[in-house]
Amino acid sequence: MTNDQIRQAILQIISVIAPDEDLTHVKSDVPLRDQLELDSMDFLDIVMELRKRYGVEVPEADYGQLASLDSCAAYLAPKLKDK
Amino acid sequence: MPPTHYDVIIIGAGMSGLAAAIRLAYFDKHVLVLERHYAAGGLNSFYALGGYQFDVGLHAMTNYVPPGTRGAPLMKICRQLRLKPEDFALVPQYQSEIRFPGITLRFNNDFEFFIQEVIEHFPAQKDKFRRLVRCIQEYDELDLEAKPMSGRQIVSSFLTDPLLIDMLFCPLMIYGNAEERDMEFGQFVVMFKSIFCEGLARPREGVRRIINVLRRKVREVGGAVRMRCGVKALHVEGGRVRSVELDNGETLTADTILSSAGYVETLRLCDDGDAEQLAPLAGRLSFVEIISILDAPMGTLGHNTTIVFYNTEKDFHYEVPKDLVDPRSGVICCPDNFLYDKPLPKSVIRMTCLANFDGWSTLPEAEYMAAKAEWLPRIHREVLQFVPDFRDHIVFTDFFTPRTIKYWTGHLNGAVYGMPNKRKTGRTHLENLFICGNDQGFLGIVGATLSGISMANLHVLKK
Repeated sequence: MTNDQIRQAILQIISVIAPDEDLTHVKSDVPLRDQLELDSMDFLDIVMELRKRYGVEVPEADYGQLASLDSCAAYLAPKLKDK
Repeated sequence: MPPTHYDVIIIGAGMSGLAAAIRLAYFDKHVLVLERHYAAGGLNSFYALGGYQFDVGLHAMTNYVPPGTRGAPLMKICRQLRLKPEDFALVPQYQSEIRFPGITLRFNNDFEFFIQEVIEHFPAQKDKFRRLVRCIQEYDELDLEAKPMSGRQIVSSFLTDPLLIDMLFCPLMIYGNAEERDMEFGQFVVMFKSIFCEGLARPREGVRRIINVLRRKVREVGGAVRMRCGVKALHVEGGRVRSVELDNGETLTADTILSSAGYVETLRLCDDGDAEQLAPLAGRLSFVEIISILDAPMGTLGHNTTIVFYNTEKDFHYEVPKDLVDPRSGVICCPDNFLYDKPLPKSVIRMTCLANFDGWSTLPEAEYMAAKAEWLPRIHREVLQFVPDFRDHIVFTDFFTPRTIKYWTGHLNGAVYGMPNKRKTGRTHLENLFICGNDQGFLGIVGATLSGISMANLHVLKK
Protein backbone atom coordinates (compact mmCIF):
# COMPACT_ATOMS: atom_id res chain seq x y z
CA MET A 1 0.00 0.00 0.00
CA THR A 2 1.15 3.53 -0.67
CA ASN A 3 1.12 6.10 2.13
CA ASP A 4 -1.98 7.63 0.59
CA GLN A 5 -3.75 4.29 0.52
CA ILE A 6 -2.84 3.76 4.17
CA ARG A 7 -4.32 7.15 5.10
CA GLN A 8 -7.51 6.17 3.23
CA ALA A 9 -7.59 2.77 4.93
CA ILE A 10 -7.33 4.40 8.37
CA LEU A 11 -10.15 6.80 7.53
CA GLN A 12 -12.23 3.87 6.33
CA ILE A 13 -11.60 2.09 9.65
CA ILE A 14 -12.53 5.19 11.65
CA SER A 15 -15.76 5.50 9.67
CA VAL A 16 -16.72 2.00 10.84
CA ILE A 17 -15.68 2.58 14.46
CA ALA A 18 -17.18 6.05 14.77
CA PRO A 19 -19.91 6.42 12.14
CA ASP A 20 -21.12 9.55 13.96
CA GLU A 21 -17.92 11.48 13.16
CA ASP A 22 -17.62 13.74 10.12
CA LEU A 23 -14.38 12.73 8.40
CA THR A 24 -14.50 15.03 5.37
CA HIS A 25 -12.11 17.63 6.76
CA VAL A 26 -9.64 15.53 8.73
CA LYS A 27 -6.14 16.99 8.36
CA SER A 28 -3.48 14.35 7.95
CA ASP A 29 -0.75 16.15 9.90
CA VAL A 30 -2.88 16.96 12.98
CA PRO A 31 -3.44 14.38 15.76
CA LEU A 32 -6.74 12.54 15.23
CA ARG A 33 -7.68 13.12 18.86
CA ASP A 34 -7.54 16.90 18.32
CA GLN A 35 -10.02 16.70 15.46
CA LEU A 36 -12.30 13.84 16.41
CA GLU A 37 -13.94 12.49 19.55
CA LEU A 38 -11.85 9.32 19.88
CA ASP A 39 -11.04 7.68 23.22
CA SER A 40 -8.64 4.90 24.16
CA MET A 41 -11.29 2.27 23.37
CA ASP A 42 -11.55 3.68 19.85
CA PHE A 43 -7.77 3.59 19.38
CA LEU A 44 -7.73 -0.03 20.52
CA ASP A 45 -10.31 -0.63 17.79
CA ILE A 46 -8.14 0.94 15.11
CA VAL A 47 -5.43 -1.53 16.11
CA MET A 48 -7.91 -4.42 16.18
CA GLU A 49 -9.32 -3.53 12.77
CA LEU A 50 -5.79 -3.35 11.31
CA ARG A 51 -5.19 -6.86 12.57
CA LYS A 52 -8.57 -8.10 11.32
CA ARG A 53 -8.28 -6.56 7.86
CA TYR A 54 -4.56 -6.67 7.07
CA GLY A 55 -3.06 -9.08 9.58
CA VAL A 56 -0.87 -6.28 10.96
CA GLU A 57 0.19 -6.39 14.61
CA VAL A 58 0.68 -3.13 16.47
CA PRO A 59 2.18 -3.69 19.93
CA GLU A 60 0.72 -1.57 22.73
CA ALA A 61 4.03 0.31 23.11
CA ASP A 62 3.58 1.62 19.54
CA TYR A 63 -0.01 2.92 19.87
CA GLY A 64 1.43 6.43 20.05
CA GLN A 65 2.64 6.06 16.45
CA LEU A 66 -1.01 6.12 15.32
CA ALA A 67 -1.62 9.69 16.48
CA SER A 68 -2.22 11.31 13.09
CA LEU A 69 -2.94 10.01 9.58
CA ASP A 70 0.60 10.92 8.53
CA SER A 71 2.22 9.18 11.49
CA CYS A 72 0.00 6.14 10.82
CA ALA A 73 1.20 6.05 7.22
CA ALA A 74 4.88 6.41 8.21
CA TYR A 75 4.62 3.74 10.90
CA LEU A 76 2.50 1.26 8.93
CA ALA A 77 4.16 1.63 5.50
CA PRO A 78 6.84 -1.04 6.09
CA LYS A 79 4.26 -3.40 7.63
CA LEU A 80 1.81 -2.91 4.74
CA LYS A 81 4.19 -2.65 1.80
CA ASP A 82 3.13 -6.02 0.36
CA LYS A 83 -0.60 -5.67 1.07
CA MET B 1 -20.45 -32.75 15.74
CA PRO B 2 -20.17 -29.17 17.04
CA PRO B 3 -16.62 -28.21 18.00
CA THR B 4 -15.66 -28.76 21.61
CA HIS B 5 -12.84 -26.21 21.82
CA TYR B 6 -13.35 -22.46 21.73
CA ASP B 7 -11.15 -19.41 22.05
CA VAL B 8 -13.57 -18.05 24.64
CA ILE B 9 -16.53 -19.55 26.49
CA ILE B 10 -18.86 -17.00 28.06
CA ILE B 11 -21.11 -18.05 30.92
CA GLY B 12 -24.48 -16.29 30.83
CA ALA B 13 -26.42 -14.60 28.03
CA GLY B 14 -27.18 -11.42 29.96
CA MET B 15 -26.22 -7.97 28.75
CA SER B 16 -22.55 -8.33 29.70
CA GLY B 17 -22.14 -11.82 28.24
CA LEU B 18 -23.82 -10.92 24.96
CA ALA B 19 -21.77 -7.71 24.65
CA ALA B 20 -18.52 -9.59 25.29
CA ALA B 21 -19.56 -12.18 22.69
CA ILE B 22 -20.15 -9.47 20.07
CA ARG B 23 -16.73 -7.90 20.65
CA LEU B 24 -14.88 -11.20 20.55
CA ALA B 25 -16.70 -12.77 17.61
CA TYR B 26 -16.41 -9.53 15.60
CA PHE B 27 -12.64 -9.78 16.00
CA ASP B 28 -12.68 -13.37 14.76
CA LYS B 29 -12.53 -15.18 18.08
CA HIS B 30 -14.30 -18.50 18.20
CA VAL B 31 -16.91 -17.78 20.88
CA LEU B 32 -19.65 -19.73 22.62
CA VAL B 33 -22.18 -18.28 25.09
CA LEU B 34 -23.76 -20.75 27.51
CA GLU B 35 -27.09 -19.86 29.11
CA ARG B 36 -28.97 -22.07 31.53
CA HIS B 37 -32.33 -20.32 31.15
CA TYR B 38 -34.45 -20.48 27.97
CA ALA B 39 -34.66 -16.66 27.82
CA ALA B 40 -31.65 -14.37 27.41
CA GLY B 41 -31.12 -11.17 29.38
CA GLY B 42 -30.16 -12.44 32.83
CA LEU B 43 -31.30 -9.93 35.45
CA ASN B 44 -32.91 -7.84 32.72
CA SER B 45 -35.25 -10.24 31.04
CA PHE B 46 -38.88 -10.89 30.25
CA TYR B 47 -41.61 -13.46 30.66
CA ALA B 48 -45.23 -14.13 29.82
CA LEU B 49 -47.88 -14.95 32.39
CA GLY B 50 -51.67 -15.06 32.24
CA GLY B 51 -51.51 -14.02 28.59
CA TYR B 52 -49.57 -10.84 29.40
CA GLN B 53 -45.97 -9.82 28.74
CA PHE B 54 -43.76 -8.69 31.59
CA ASP B 55 -40.30 -7.16 31.86
CA VAL B 56 -37.98 -7.91 34.76
CA GLY B 57 -35.12 -5.67 35.75
CA LEU B 58 -35.48 -2.78 33.39
CA HIS B 59 -37.85 -0.08 34.62
CA ALA B 60 -36.05 2.40 32.47
CA MET B 61 -32.68 2.35 30.85
CA THR B 62 -30.34 4.81 32.54
CA ASN B 63 -27.52 6.64 30.72
CA TYR B 64 -29.86 7.97 28.05
CA VAL B 65 -28.43 10.80 25.96
CA PRO B 66 -30.00 12.29 22.83
CA PRO B 67 -28.60 11.06 19.49
CA GLY B 68 -25.43 12.92 18.57
CA THR B 69 -24.16 13.40 22.15
CA ARG B 70 -20.42 12.84 22.21
CA GLY B 71 -18.46 10.66 24.61
CA ALA B 72 -21.34 9.32 26.75
CA PRO B 73 -21.33 5.63 27.83
CA LEU B 74 -24.32 4.86 25.58
CA MET B 75 -22.35 6.17 22.59
CA LYS B 76 -19.27 4.19 23.67
CA ILE B 77 -21.17 0.91 23.71
CA CYS B 78 -22.76 1.64 20.35
CA ARG B 79 -19.34 2.26 18.80
CA GLN B 80 -17.77 -0.76 20.43
CA LEU B 81 -20.60 -3.07 19.34
CA ARG B 82 -20.92 -1.50 15.87
CA LEU B 83 -24.54 -0.62 16.62
CA LYS B 84 -26.45 2.60 16.09
CA PRO B 85 -28.18 4.25 19.07
CA GLU B 86 -31.38 4.16 16.97
CA ASP B 87 -31.23 0.35 17.04
CA PHE B 88 -32.43 0.44 20.65
CA ALA B 89 -35.38 2.72 19.76
CA LEU B 90 -35.09 4.52 23.09
CA VAL B 91 -37.89 6.87 24.09
CA PRO B 92 -37.07 9.46 26.79
CA GLN B 93 -38.95 9.72 30.07
CA TYR B 94 -41.50 12.41 30.81
CA GLN B 95 -40.45 13.34 34.35
CA SER B 96 -39.52 11.54 37.55
CA GLU B 97 -39.57 12.42 41.24
CA ILE B 98 -37.77 11.78 44.50
CA ARG B 99 -40.42 12.09 47.21
CA PHE B 100 -39.68 12.35 50.92
CA PRO B 101 -42.11 13.55 53.60
CA GLY B 102 -43.12 17.10 52.69
CA ILE B 103 -40.64 17.53 49.86
CA THR B 104 -40.35 16.51 46.21
CA LEU B 105 -37.36 16.86 43.89
CA ARG B 106 -38.26 16.44 40.24
CA PHE B 107 -35.85 15.45 37.49
CA ASN B 108 -36.00 14.82 33.78
CA ASN B 109 -33.35 14.25 31.13
CA ASP B 110 -32.12 17.85 31.37
CA PHE B 111 -29.57 17.96 34.20
CA GLU B 112 -29.88 21.76 34.61
CA PHE B 113 -33.54 21.29 35.57
CA PHE B 114 -32.50 18.99 38.44
CA ILE B 115 -29.82 21.41 39.63
CA GLN B 116 -32.45 24.17 39.77
CA GLU B 117 -34.82 21.88 41.71
CA VAL B 118 -32.11 21.19 44.29
CA ILE B 119 -31.22 24.89 44.59
CA GLU B 120 -34.86 25.90 44.94
CA HIS B 121 -35.58 23.41 47.73
CA PHE B 122 -32.18 23.61 49.43
CA PRO B 123 -31.03 27.21 48.85
CA ALA B 124 -28.44 26.99 51.65
CA GLN B 125 -26.76 24.05 49.88
CA LYS B 126 -26.48 25.82 46.52
CA ASP B 127 -22.70 26.32 46.30
CA LYS B 128 -21.94 23.11 48.13
CA PHE B 129 -24.09 21.16 45.67
CA ARG B 130 -22.41 22.80 42.69
CA ARG B 131 -19.00 21.84 44.11
CA LEU B 132 -20.18 18.24 44.56
CA VAL B 133 -21.42 18.17 40.96
CA ARG B 134 -18.04 19.43 39.74
CA CYS B 135 -16.25 16.72 41.75
CA ILE B 136 -18.59 14.08 40.27
CA GLN B 137 -18.11 15.30 36.73
CA GLU B 138 -14.33 15.25 37.06
CA TYR B 139 -14.20 11.77 38.61
CA ASP B 140 -12.95 9.02 36.28
CA GLU B 141 -15.29 6.14 37.05
CA LEU B 142 -13.73 3.97 34.36
CA ASP B 143 -10.43 3.74 36.27
CA LEU B 144 -10.30 0.03 37.10
CA GLU B 145 -7.55 0.53 39.70
CA ALA B 146 -9.40 3.14 41.81
CA LYS B 147 -9.49 2.42 45.56
CA PRO B 148 -12.98 2.05 47.11
CA MET B 149 -14.09 5.06 49.18
CA SER B 150 -17.20 5.72 51.30
CA GLY B 151 -19.76 7.64 49.26
CA ARG B 152 -21.57 8.91 52.35
CA GLN B 153 -18.32 10.27 53.77
CA ILE B 154 -17.36 12.09 50.58
CA VAL B 155 -20.83 13.46 49.84
CA SER B 156 -21.09 14.64 53.48
CA SER B 157 -17.83 16.53 53.06
CA PHE B 158 -19.61 18.66 50.44
CA LEU B 159 -23.23 18.79 51.63
CA THR B 160 -24.39 19.59 55.16
CA ASP B 161 -28.14 18.94 54.92
CA PRO B 162 -28.81 15.27 55.79
CA LEU B 163 -32.19 15.38 54.01
CA LEU B 164 -30.63 16.39 50.69
CA ILE B 165 -27.94 13.73 51.13
CA ASP B 166 -30.59 11.04 51.69
CA MET B 167 -32.68 12.31 48.77
CA LEU B 168 -29.67 11.98 46.46
CA PHE B 169 -28.69 8.55 47.73
CA CYS B 170 -32.25 7.14 47.60
CA PRO B 171 -32.70 6.70 43.83
CA LEU B 172 -29.01 5.96 43.23
CA MET B 173 -28.95 3.21 45.84
CA ILE B 174 -32.26 1.65 44.83
CA TYR B 175 -31.17 1.60 41.17
CA GLY B 176 -27.69 0.26 41.65
CA ASN B 177 -26.09 -0.27 45.05
CA ALA B 178 -24.92 -3.65 46.27
CA GLU B 179 -23.87 -2.38 49.68
CA GLU B 180 -26.05 -1.86 52.75
CA ARG B 181 -26.31 1.68 54.21
CA ASP B 182 -23.31 3.17 52.40
CA MET B 183 -22.40 3.25 48.71
CA GLU B 184 -18.91 3.15 47.26
CA PHE B 185 -18.13 6.62 45.89
CA GLY B 186 -17.21 5.36 42.41
CA GLN B 187 -20.59 3.59 42.20
CA PHE B 188 -22.31 6.73 43.45
CA VAL B 189 -20.65 8.69 40.65
CA VAL B 190 -21.60 6.11 38.01
CA MET B 191 -25.23 6.15 39.14
CA PHE B 192 -25.37 9.95 39.59
CA LYS B 193 -24.14 10.49 36.05
CA SER B 194 -26.33 7.79 34.56
CA ILE B 195 -29.58 8.99 36.18
CA PHE B 196 -29.20 12.74 36.79
CA CYS B 197 -26.54 14.00 34.34
CA GLU B 198 -27.74 11.70 31.57
CA GLY B 199 -31.24 10.33 31.91
CA LEU B 200 -33.91 7.71 31.60
CA ALA B 201 -35.46 6.17 28.51
CA ARG B 202 -37.13 2.97 27.44
CA PRO B 203 -37.80 1.18 24.18
CA ARG B 204 -41.54 0.99 23.53
CA GLU B 205 -41.21 -2.80 23.33
CA GLY B 206 -39.33 -2.93 26.64
CA VAL B 207 -36.23 -4.94 27.41
CA ARG B 208 -36.95 -7.44 24.61
CA ARG B 209 -35.86 -4.84 22.12
CA ILE B 210 -32.43 -4.47 23.71
CA ILE B 211 -31.89 -8.20 24.10
CA ASN B 212 -32.98 -8.85 20.51
CA VAL B 213 -30.60 -6.22 19.15
CA LEU B 214 -27.70 -7.80 21.04
CA ARG B 215 -28.62 -11.37 20.08
CA ARG B 216 -29.02 -10.47 16.42
CA LYS B 217 -25.59 -8.85 16.47
CA VAL B 218 -23.98 -11.88 18.12
CA ARG B 219 -25.36 -14.03 15.28
CA GLU B 220 -24.34 -11.53 12.62
CA VAL B 221 -20.69 -11.54 13.72
CA GLY B 222 -20.55 -15.30 14.02
CA GLY B 223 -20.83 -15.94 17.77
CA ALA B 224 -22.66 -19.03 19.01
CA VAL B 225 -25.22 -19.08 21.82
CA ARG B 226 -26.56 -22.24 23.44
CA MET B 227 -29.73 -21.76 25.48
CA ARG B 228 -30.91 -24.16 28.20
CA CYS B 229 -27.32 -25.12 28.56
CA GLY B 230 -26.03 -24.57 32.08
CA VAL B 231 -22.48 -25.01 33.35
CA LYS B 232 -22.18 -27.66 36.03
CA ALA B 233 -18.49 -27.35 36.86
CA LEU B 234 -15.23 -25.73 35.89
CA HIS B 235 -12.41 -28.28 36.17
CA VAL B 236 -9.21 -26.70 37.39
CA GLU B 237 -5.64 -27.90 36.96
CA GLY B 238 -2.39 -26.02 37.44
CA GLY B 239 -4.01 -22.63 38.10
CA ARG B 240 -6.17 -22.77 34.96
CA VAL B 241 -9.63 -23.87 33.99
CA ARG B 242 -8.91 -26.99 31.93
CA SER B 243 -12.46 -27.87 30.96
CA VAL B 244 -16.08 -26.82 31.27
CA GLU B 245 -18.60 -29.47 32.22
CA LEU B 246 -22.20 -28.82 31.22
CA ASP B 247 -25.40 -29.83 33.01
CA ASN B 248 -26.00 -32.37 30.24
CA GLY B 249 -22.68 -34.10 30.88
CA GLU B 250 -20.87 -32.71 27.83
CA THR B 251 -17.34 -31.36 28.25
CA LEU B 252 -15.96 -28.34 26.40
CA THR B 253 -12.62 -26.57 26.51
CA ALA B 254 -11.60 -22.95 25.96
CA ASP B 255 -8.49 -20.79 26.17
CA THR B 256 -10.37 -18.20 28.21
CA ILE B 257 -13.55 -18.32 30.30
CA LEU B 258 -15.52 -15.13 30.90
CA SER B 259 -18.27 -15.58 33.47
CA SER B 260 -21.20 -13.31 34.21
CA ALA B 261 -22.64 -15.73 36.77
CA GLY B 262 -21.31 -13.65 39.67
CA TYR B 263 -17.91 -13.87 41.42
CA VAL B 264 -18.83 -16.22 44.25
CA GLU B 265 -21.22 -18.14 42.00
CA THR B 266 -18.42 -18.66 39.46
CA LEU B 267 -15.84 -19.75 42.04
CA ARG B 268 -18.36 -22.26 43.38
CA LEU B 269 -18.33 -23.90 39.95
CA CYS B 270 -14.55 -24.43 40.23
CA ASP B 271 -13.48 -27.77 41.69
CA ASP B 272 -10.17 -26.59 43.15
CA GLY B 273 -11.14 -25.58 46.64
CA ASP B 274 -13.72 -24.73 49.19
CA ALA B 275 -15.66 -21.86 47.68
CA GLU B 276 -18.28 -22.06 50.42
CA GLN B 277 -16.06 -19.90 52.62
CA LEU B 278 -16.52 -17.14 50.02
CA ALA B 279 -20.30 -17.13 50.49
CA PRO B 280 -20.21 -14.17 52.94
CA LEU B 281 -18.79 -12.01 50.12
CA ALA B 282 -22.00 -12.39 48.11
CA GLY B 283 -24.41 -9.46 47.96
CA ARG B 284 -27.58 -9.55 50.03
CA LEU B 285 -29.76 -6.79 48.64
CA SER B 286 -32.81 -8.00 46.83
CA PHE B 287 -36.28 -6.79 46.06
CA VAL B 288 -39.89 -7.77 45.62
CA GLU B 289 -41.72 -6.39 42.64
CA ILE B 290 -45.44 -6.14 41.99
CA ILE B 291 -46.38 -5.69 38.35
CA SER B 292 -50.01 -4.93 37.59
CA ILE B 293 -51.62 -4.75 34.18
CA LEU B 294 -54.18 -1.92 34.16
CA ASP B 295 -57.22 -1.29 31.95
CA ALA B 296 -56.21 2.39 31.61
CA PRO B 297 -52.89 4.23 31.62
CA MET B 298 -51.99 6.04 34.85
CA GLY B 299 -52.07 9.26 32.83
CA THR B 300 -55.86 9.05 32.59
CA LEU B 301 -55.95 8.98 36.40
CA GLY B 302 -53.87 12.15 36.46
CA HIS B 303 -50.44 10.59 37.07
CA ASN B 304 -47.91 11.39 34.34
CA THR B 305 -44.74 10.87 36.35
CA THR B 306 -42.45 8.22 34.89
CA ILE B 307 -40.76 7.01 38.06
CA VAL B 308 -41.30 7.91 41.71
CA PHE B 309 -38.55 7.07 44.20
CA TYR B 310 -40.28 7.40 47.54
CA ASN B 311 -39.39 7.34 51.20
CA THR B 312 -42.06 7.71 53.88
CA GLU B 313 -39.85 8.32 56.92
CA LYS B 314 -37.45 11.04 57.92
CA ASP B 315 -34.37 8.88 57.32
CA PHE B 316 -33.79 6.63 54.35
CA HIS B 317 -32.90 3.03 55.20
CA TYR B 318 -31.12 1.00 52.56
CA GLU B 319 -30.49 -2.40 54.14
CA VAL B 320 -31.84 -5.93 54.17
CA PRO B 321 -35.19 -5.61 55.94
CA LYS B 322 -35.84 -7.61 59.12
CA ASP B 323 -39.34 -8.30 57.83
CA LEU B 324 -40.05 -9.94 54.46
CA VAL B 325 -40.44 -6.52 52.81
CA ASP B 326 -39.55 -2.95 53.72
CA PRO B 327 -42.36 -0.90 52.15
CA ARG B 328 -41.18 2.36 53.75
CA SER B 329 -39.23 3.17 50.61
CA GLY B 330 -39.30 1.97 47.04
CA VAL B 331 -39.90 2.72 43.39
CA ILE B 332 -43.12 3.19 41.45
CA CYS B 333 -42.60 2.94 37.72
CA CYS B 334 -45.23 3.69 35.08
CA PRO B 335 -43.89 2.35 31.77
CA ASP B 336 -46.73 4.21 29.98
CA ASN B 337 -45.22 7.55 30.99
CA PHE B 338 -42.46 7.80 28.41
CA LEU B 339 -42.76 10.12 25.42
CA TYR B 340 -43.90 7.47 22.89
CA ASP B 341 -45.49 8.38 19.59
CA LYS B 342 -48.33 5.96 20.33
CA PRO B 343 -49.57 4.47 23.62
CA LEU B 344 -48.45 1.08 24.94
CA PRO B 345 -50.71 -1.83 23.99
CA LYS B 346 -51.16 -2.66 27.71
CA SER B 347 -50.92 -0.25 30.61
CA VAL B 348 -48.71 -1.24 33.49
CA ILE B 349 -47.63 -0.12 36.96
CA ARG B 350 -44.60 -1.59 38.74
CA MET B 351 -43.78 -1.27 42.43
CA THR B 352 -40.46 -2.36 43.88
CA CYS B 353 -39.36 -2.58 47.53
CA LEU B 354 -36.38 -3.99 49.43
CA ALA B 355 -36.95 -7.56 50.55
CA ASN B 356 -35.37 -10.26 52.68
CA PHE B 357 -34.11 -13.25 50.69
CA ASP B 358 -33.74 -15.62 53.63
CA GLY B 359 -37.28 -14.90 54.78
CA TRP B 360 -38.85 -15.52 51.38
CA SER B 361 -36.73 -18.51 50.47
CA THR B 362 -37.41 -20.51 53.62
CA LEU B 363 -41.22 -20.20 53.49
CA PRO B 364 -43.10 -23.39 52.59
CA GLU B 365 -45.12 -23.03 49.39
CA ALA B 366 -48.53 -22.35 51.01
CA GLU B 367 -47.09 -19.73 53.36
CA TYR B 368 -45.12 -18.22 50.50
CA MET B 369 -48.33 -17.59 48.57
CA ALA B 370 -50.03 -16.33 51.74
CA ALA B 371 -47.15 -13.92 52.38
CA LYS B 372 -47.54 -12.44 48.90
CA ALA B 373 -51.29 -11.99 49.54
CA GLU B 374 -50.49 -10.29 52.84
CA TRP B 375 -47.82 -7.93 51.49
CA LEU B 376 -49.66 -6.80 48.38
CA PRO B 377 -52.12 -4.51 50.25
CA ARG B 378 -49.38 -3.36 52.62
CA ILE B 379 -47.26 -2.18 49.71
CA HIS B 380 -50.32 -0.62 48.03
CA ARG B 381 -51.02 1.34 51.20
CA GLU B 382 -47.59 3.01 51.06
CA VAL B 383 -47.58 3.52 47.32
CA LEU B 384 -51.02 5.15 47.30
CA GLN B 385 -49.55 8.11 49.19
CA PHE B 386 -47.76 8.97 45.94
CA VAL B 387 -50.03 7.90 43.07
CA PRO B 388 -53.80 8.04 42.45
CA ASP B 389 -55.75 4.95 43.51
CA PHE B 390 -55.45 2.57 40.56
CA ARG B 391 -56.73 -0.57 42.26
CA ASP B 392 -60.10 -0.64 40.44
CA HIS B 393 -58.19 -0.71 37.16
CA ILE B 394 -56.09 -3.79 37.87
CA VAL B 395 -56.77 -6.65 35.45
CA PHE B 396 -53.85 -8.90 36.37
CA THR B 397 -51.06 -8.85 38.94
CA ASP B 398 -47.79 -10.71 39.24
CA PHE B 399 -45.64 -10.54 42.37
CA PHE B 400 -42.06 -11.75 42.31
CA THR B 401 -39.69 -12.10 45.22
CA PRO B 402 -35.95 -12.60 45.89
CA ARG B 403 -36.63 -16.33 45.65
CA THR B 404 -37.95 -15.89 42.09
CA ILE B 405 -34.84 -13.88 41.18
CA LYS B 406 -32.49 -16.55 42.57
CA TYR B 407 -34.38 -19.30 40.76
CA TRP B 408 -34.19 -17.66 37.33
CA THR B 409 -30.78 -15.97 37.47
CA GLY B 410 -28.77 -18.19 39.81
CA HIS B 411 -27.53 -15.11 41.68
CA LEU B 412 -26.99 -15.93 45.36
CA ASN B 413 -29.51 -14.32 47.73
CA GLY B 414 -31.37 -13.01 44.66
CA ALA B 415 -28.87 -10.13 44.90
CA VAL B 416 -29.73 -7.94 41.96
CA TYR B 417 -26.65 -5.71 42.19
CA GLY B 418 -24.14 -8.41 43.02
CA MET B 419 -21.56 -8.20 45.76
CA PRO B 420 -20.51 -5.04 47.62
CA ASN B 421 -16.78 -5.32 46.94
CA LYS B 422 -16.54 -5.22 43.17
CA ARG B 423 -13.71 -6.98 41.31
CA LYS B 424 -13.09 -4.18 38.87
CA THR B 425 -10.23 -5.86 37.04
CA GLY B 426 -12.38 -8.97 36.52
CA ARG B 427 -9.48 -11.20 37.61
CA THR B 428 -9.86 -14.37 39.65
CA HIS B 429 -7.26 -16.70 41.20
CA LEU B 430 -7.18 -18.63 37.91
CA GLU B 431 -5.17 -17.20 35.03
CA ASN B 432 -7.76 -17.85 32.30
CA LEU B 433 -10.97 -17.22 34.25
CA PHE B 434 -12.41 -13.70 34.41
CA ILE B 435 -15.70 -12.25 35.53
CA CYS B 436 -17.90 -9.65 33.88
CA GLY B 437 -21.28 -8.11 34.71
CA ASN B 438 -22.61 -7.19 38.14
CA ASP B 439 -19.66 -8.23 40.28
CA GLN B 440 -17.12 -6.59 38.00
CA GLY B 441 -18.66 -3.27 38.83
CA PHE B 442 -20.62 -1.54 36.08
CA LEU B 443 -24.35 -1.78 36.73
CA GLY B 444 -27.54 -1.24 34.79
CA ILE B 445 -28.06 -2.18 31.17
CA VAL B 446 -25.52 0.21 29.73
CA GLY B 447 -23.13 -0.54 32.60
CA ALA B 448 -23.39 -4.31 32.23
CA THR B 449 -22.86 -3.99 28.50
CA LEU B 450 -19.80 -1.82 29.10
CA SER B 451 -18.55 -4.40 31.59
CA GLY B 452 -18.70 -7.19 28.99
CA ILE B 453 -16.97 -4.96 26.46
CA SER B 454 -14.16 -3.85 28.77
CA MET B 455 -13.44 -7.33 30.09
CA ALA B 456 -13.36 -8.75 26.54
CA ASN B 457 -11.01 -5.95 25.51
CA LEU B 458 -8.74 -6.19 28.56
CA HIS B 459 -8.43 -9.94 28.96
CA VAL B 460 -8.74 -11.26 25.42
CA LEU B 461 -8.36 -8.70 22.65
CA LYS B 462 -5.50 -6.65 24.13
CA LYS B 463 -3.39 -9.74 24.72
